Amino acid sequence: MNYTISFTLNGTPVQVEAPAHINLLTLLREHLDVVSPKFGCAQGNCGACTVHLDGEPVNSCLVLAMTVEGREVTTVEGIGTLREPHPLQVAFYENYGAQCGYCTPGMIMSSVALLQKNPNPTRDDVVNAIVGNVCRCTGYHKIVASVLAAAEQMKTK
Amino acid sequence: MAKKRGIGVGAVWYPTGLSGGGDPSQSVIKMRPDGSVDVVIGSCDIGQGARTIMRQIAAEELGVPIEKITVSAIDTDVSPLDTGTFASRITHQTGNAVLLAAREAREVMFEVAAGLLGVTPDQLVAEDDKIVVRDFPEQAIPIADVAGHATWVERKLIAGRGSYGGKPESLDNETGQGNVLHTMAYGTTVAEVEVDTETGEVTVLKLISVYDCGKVINPLLAEGQIDGGAAMGLGGALLEELHPYYPTLDHYPTGFFSYMIPTAKDVPALESLIIEIGSKTGPYGAKGIGEMTNTSPPPAIINAIYDAIGVWITDIPATPEKVLRAIEEQLGGKVD
Amino acid sequence: MSEYKYVGKRLPRYDGMQHATASTRFVGDIKLPGMLYVKSWRSPVPSARIRNIDISKAQRVAGVAAVITHKDVPNNLVSDFPVLAEHEVRFMGQDVVAVAAVDEDTAMEAIEQVRVDLEEREPVLDPFKAMEPDSPQIRPEGNFLIVGNKNHQPVRKGDVEAGFAQADHIIESYFRTAAHEHAPIETQVGIAQTDAMGRTHIWTVSQAVFFNQGDIAGVLGVPQSKVHMIGGVVGGGFGGKNNLHVDHINAVLSLYTNGRPVKWVWTREEEMIASTHRGVAHFFFKDGVTKDGRIIARKVKNVRDAGAYAQTNAYVIMKQSGAVAGPHPIPNVWIDSYAVFTNKRPVSSMRGFGMYQTSFASEVQIERIAKELGIDSWRIRFINAVHDGDRSATGTELLACSMIETMQLAAERAGIVLDEDMRAMRSSDKREEA
Repeated sequence: MNYTISFTLNGTPVQVEAPAHINLLTLLREHLDVVSPKFGCAQGNCGACTVHLDGEPVNSCLVLAMTVEGREVTTVEGIGTLREPHPLQVAFYENYGAQCGYCTPGMIMSSVALLQKNPNPTRDDVVNAIVGNVCRCTGYHKIVASVLAAAEQMKTK
Repeated sequence: MAKKRGIGVGAVWYPTGLSGGGDPSQSVIKMRPDGSVDVVIGSCDIGQGARTIMRQIAAEELGVPIEKITVSAIDTDVSPLDTGTFASRITHQTGNAVLLAAREAREVMFEVAAGLLGVTPDQLVAEDDKIVVRDFPEQAIPIADVAGHATWVERKLIAGRGSYGGKPESLDNETGQGNVLHTMAYGTTVAEVEVDTETGEVTVLKLISVYDCGKVINPLLAEGQIDGGAAMGLGGALLEELHPYYPTLDHYPTGFFSYMIPTAKDVPALESLIIEIGSKTGPYGAKGIGEMTNTSPPPAIINAIYDAIGVWITDIPATPEKVLRAIEEQLGGKVD
Repeated sequence: MSEYKYVGKRLPRYDGMQHATASTRFVGDIKLPGMLYVKSWRSPVPSARIRNIDISKAQRVAGVAAVITHKDVPNNLVSDFPVLAEHEVRFMGQDVVAVAAVDEDTAMEAIEQVRVDLEEREPVLDPFKAMEPDSPQIRPEGNFLIVGNKNHQPVRKGDVEAGFAQADHIIESYFRTAAHEHAPIETQVGIAQTDAMGRTHIWTVSQAVFFNQGDIAGVLGVPQSKVHMIGGVVGGGFGGKNNLHVDHINAVLSLYTNGRPVKWVWTREEEMIASTHRGVAHFFFKDGVTKDGRIIARKVKNVRDAGAYAQTNAYVIMKQSGAVAGPHPIPNVWIDSYAVFTNKRPVSSMRGFGMYQTSFASEVQIERIAKELGIDSWRIRFINAVHDGDRSATGTELLACSMIETMQLAAERAGIVLDEDMRAMRSSDKREEA
């Protein structure tokens, strides 16, 4: 049986019919064609599915889709685009924060959440913000460098 | 009850390309009528940046600005053959194939341009989107004009082909002799660790690595391999085990909660340096690097553990349990 | 002043902005009209004879488009590895039945209706037991990988016993490297569609697309021109996506879905238990060393836990035989490299492809030699470092060596001051003859 879920996605109201038992990751990817959050484990352990729920980073695989009724969901598409990228996305590009790119959407969401709360993070702050986002390619150093570079860049604006 | 520090070294070697050879990579390069270039390869980018490298090589050889160069993904209907992305082979084998294809395309370009400039092809160079007479640089033609002229007036295709791979070799069945390892690269990692003698936990404080990968085509991408390899090497040395009760399948891990791959908090400070002892065979002297960066950290870490507390962990990963058991068995429980 | 305009430059990734804006389309992001979703029935035990496979109930689940077993595969073997198990299962997680349905939940429902009658057997898990003559044989070809006319790859250089006799110290060690999983953040995923002209199109995450194309053409019993693979965008590989299984099963399923594409996204659990992995390696080292620290004789027995199927084990045995003596000009070398099959998931490539293991073993061994002889860790390596013109244990002439140079710089960077003679050494120096 399907239920109607009404919520705000990247600033736009959406309404979608979906089964009761699915998670937010499946709702976004399969029912709304928003494919930026990635499937990595669906066990809540890798962070590839990270989105913002009312501004807080969450593993969308652990959120029951129905519970986003009336709330705000933000994905990478709402952070920046190729035409108008967010400074963090430019920083990832310039500092080689993405190799295969698969963990990148989750990294972006966790890092944006950090920068929104703390515009002046230390290296440790960044590490703590992304400790729930697993990357197998980069060894993390250039991801941290990207976030710190973005913070620096955003301060001078 | 103490935290003891130690330093260890691991010095490794690694071949470039498939051992035993027989691993061709092929490339086709074609120039469009407006002077832009398509580099067609069959090589897979698994994150290491293969397509970026090929774009750089093609731009270098053709004198075309890199922004005008596309590099294909893989489509077996269009892409020529590539043996595969493994064995640290793409920069070397596909790089050489792209180099050869670019040079062949450049020859065609020079033939056409030579006619337009009234010189012989050997007098020409390609740079900054122009074909230039080497000794009289004010005599030049934009590459776009050469391409347009070639296409519509001379009805020629400016294109090139390249194929490169290791010579097939095998080991003799009796003596094991055979030239199966090609274009060796080398690397050394120094690990600084701290061992907690009460819990057995090993913290890697720092990894200092030096790799020779011949000519570095893109240092940013090479650094990415060093960073990623260090994390994977650390994981293998300290954290990752599919058989907690080898050789049984008991407690086989089924996710990241039981198979511990490094997080951002697990990776140590890294200092790395690349030296360039050019190879005889690679494009511009390049060698592979992608795998070597994860084979040098594990022995360095294990040797550092010995330096710290005087026990040999010869069975990795060096989990806290193994470290504590080793202290018990090898030192009678007391670390001095 | 650089001689190159682009080579040697720190340029960002070609697709860097695409990654940063999540515009990169991975295979898992692709949706095609009429797409079906795949699940498979996997063996819960590591070794069993298959007595019967009953898919009748599964076929009747509403929303199921196709259910296949080995019977439905035109050519079921890729080398020695069945696409879908027929007579037996040899590893826990091996695929026996595959289903394509309108969504993943329906596919799972159908899988739950599959009945496979297994006669469980005692699995062979210990490679050393598998080497014993009275061990159950897990393959008709036997438990050893046959190399030429032998059950191992030998390397013979010089006279290792004479070397031991001449040596002042004998150092023996055993090393074991663990079984590792690549754990790319993107699991195995694939889409296959066979069109009206009988061409099978596959969207793949393979690292070895052309190899796989050949294998799949063989499985389908068609010329390679009938298999079209689109790929090259992969969410991490590390060697785990060379021997895919998802594409082979998808390709066969797509023959039976009337042109509808089939998509299979492996779960993390499937990736952890059934994809290829780095198997355990065992090394037995015996080195003969002179009192001034030169390794003059090395004997290695190398036993590779090869999993249940051939995969790339032959390649690794060859490579390990060439490499395990290390970057050292040892005059007397005796190596026996074994790959021994056990009832474990398939073993294949993983970053290092055999030399992750050999480098670990030989670098800890040389450290043990240093400690036994009371020689500094760096000095022992400088004494035994390869120089240009040296030959490896299998006869490769080594050129453009740089073990010495990388060690010198690493020591310097680590704040370690090496003795003058080590700092002065160069790979291009002619070696001092003993």
